[in-house]
Amino acid sequence: MVAQVNKSFGNHHVLKDVSIAVPQGEFCTLLGPSGCGKTTLLRLVAGLELPDSGNICLGGQDVTTLPANKRQVNTVFQSYALFPHLNVIENISFGLKARHLESRFITAKVKRMLEMLDLGELGKRFPNQLSGGQKQRVALARALVNEPRVLLLDEPMSALDPHLRTQVQTELLELHRQIETTFVMVTHDQGEAMFMGGYLAVMKDGQMIQMGSPREVYSRPKNKFMAEFLWGANILPATRCGDKRWDTPVGQLESTDQVPWPRGYLAIRPELIVLGPSQLENRAGVNSVQALVQRAIYRGPSVELTLTPGPLKVVTSPRFNPQPGDAVSLLFPSDDLVALEGPTGPDELAALTTAPPPRQNEFPALTERAA
Amino acid sequence: MELSAFAATTAKPRPQSRPDRLGSLLLAGPGLLWLTLLMAIPCLSLVAMALATRGQYGEVSWTFTLDNLKRLAGFGLFGWTPDLGLILLRSLLVAAITTLLCVALAYPLTFHIASRRPSVRVFWLILIIVPFWTNVVVRAYGWLLILAPQMPPARLAAYLGLIPEGAALYPGSLAVYLGMTTTFLPFMALPLYASVERLDPAIIEAARDLYANSLLIFWKVALPQTRPGLTVGVIMTFVPAMAMFVVTDILGGAKNMLIGNLIQQQFSQARDWPFGATLSLALMFLTLLSLTFWRLRNPDKRESS
Repeated sequence: MVAQVNKSFGNHHVLKDVSIAVPQGEFCTLLGPSGCGKTTLLRLVAGLELPDSGNICLGGQDVTTLPANKRQVNTVFQSYALFPHLNVIENISFGLKARHLESRFITAKVKRMLEMLDLGELGKRFPNQLSGGQKQRVALARALVNEPRVLLLDEPMSALDPHLRTQVQTELLELHRQIETTFVMVTHDQGEAMFMGGYLAVMKDGQMIQMGSPREVYSRPKNKFMAEFLWGANILPATRCGDKRWDTPVGQLESTDQVPWPRGYLAIRPELIVLGPSQLENRAGVNSVQALVQRAIYRGPSVELTLTPGPLKVVTSPRFNPQPGDAVSLLFPSDDLVALEGPTGPDELAALTTAPPPRQNEFPALTERAA
Repeated sequence: MELSAFAATTAKPRPQSRPDRLGSLLLAGPGLLWLTLLMAIPCLSLVAMALATRGQYGEVSWTFTLDNLKRLAGFGLFGWTPDLGLILLRSLLVAAITTLLCVALAYPLTFHIASRRPSVRVFWLILIIVPFWTNVVVRAYGWLLILAPQMPPARLAAYLGLIPEGAALYPGSLAVYLGMTTTFLPFMALPLYASVERLDPAIIEAARDLYANSLLIFWKVALPQTRPGLTVGVIMTFVPAMAMFVVTDILGGAKNMLIGNLIQQQFSQARDWPFGATLSLALMFLTLLSLTFWRLRNPDKRESS
């Protein structure tokens, strides 16, 4: 599925030259803050809205102007939108009947679908007699029974109880593994997008920011927004001071990222900063920083530290029990420091040129490199 | 023993939401009284009057007779005629066609209104409600003016050779249906609007997503979902349309006489109240029969929660 579209509602430019290409059979999650246009993109692919410009292709065929009822795309709606006056079987067979398929064929297919989604006993029930999870399975069955090229899911977990979600997510992945349909799921839940998507696309303000595998998107954020948006990385203003070497508020750091720009940011995930010299051999004092613990939060599976300078965020093993005021040494693995372009605005530039010196003065010890 | 049974039922804790029986009866009292005094008693007296005789000077003479029923069956002074049967049949047909026209007009109208912004909807609803405030007679005479020979519609029809030069577009079926639909459209549109407005747009989109064309969406999704409002609209249109006499009186002429006109004649010019009562009962019976038929054809399915 390929889409390159523009869409406005009145004066509001909802989708700005958004392009997305999802390989056949992939499970793609569309992630973004609410109002970023991800649902609009989904509706364009479904054929429920027309793009102002651009086109949408399914399996090489241009379907931009094809109405929803002629597109081999089916949708699981956010509220499921089951037909209240039809029972489960009638709901599932709606699409097949609308295409005037042979009734014997319909019966057989619906039966298979009921079994596949474990709805066997519920065939004669009406939607208001079903639980949230059951409704979702009927909505899935109603869409999948048509064997669409692409299945669109509009925040399908949002109406489910939190304790049900993890289970349903696993089941949905398992279902996707069994059939060869392309799934495109809209979500605003980062964990869900990360866990479910074989392919992750992040949108913001009507623009596609980054696409790729969850590992790629998380570990190599493309810009400052991406680094902040997914659980928040440590972002340090940086000025290049040598090949691969950058001056930052916490000292000189080395990054393996090869970039052309002279100043920008270095980003690193909190869990990738290594705590304590004992944990890793500190080779030649490179990328080592002394810091003070400001706050430590014990989370069970991990300990979350807020450190000065920075403030830096570090997530580490619960084995450690640092107390506020403790001095620790940190190691920034140079492979995990991502160089980002910037600053883009004059404000950020001002912050970059004025902010670092006072900080260095506040903590003179920290600017020295550990021996 | 009855007392102990009563105690046993009252001892059980009742759900809060269920109103207490005596209280609700007291509250319903005035309404019930009103219905008994002003509906049930007149209806029963109608039955009694239908079995009475017309006196020499048009008064009601309380002598029991079945003559009125015979007349109803078509046996008059000059032997059997189908006239009365035809009038009843025509009434049924006119009411049914009026209802159908109103349904056909009201669906697009209500869908249009329901898809507007809420502030604009009020404007449209007022447009529907305003004719409500205007008297039926005034509206019917309004049509007389519009359909008059010198007005554009009649001129156009004459130009096309549909009517003779200088003729009006009334009296006739066209004028009757125009008058009837303007009279009853609000009765159909308002209850239907209440149902259409509650229709979940996502359900319509789901149907389109599931390969349904517009006709199928209407037939399989919109119609079943709006059936409660449609039923109310059909009752509110069909029942008064069956008894209508004002519109047909003004716009219909002698050829378009309905049962309503006949009843009105019996109670006024003919001064034959017993036969008028018989005709009224026949109308009530026919209406009830039609509505039962509608109910059987459109059983209440499970509706959205």
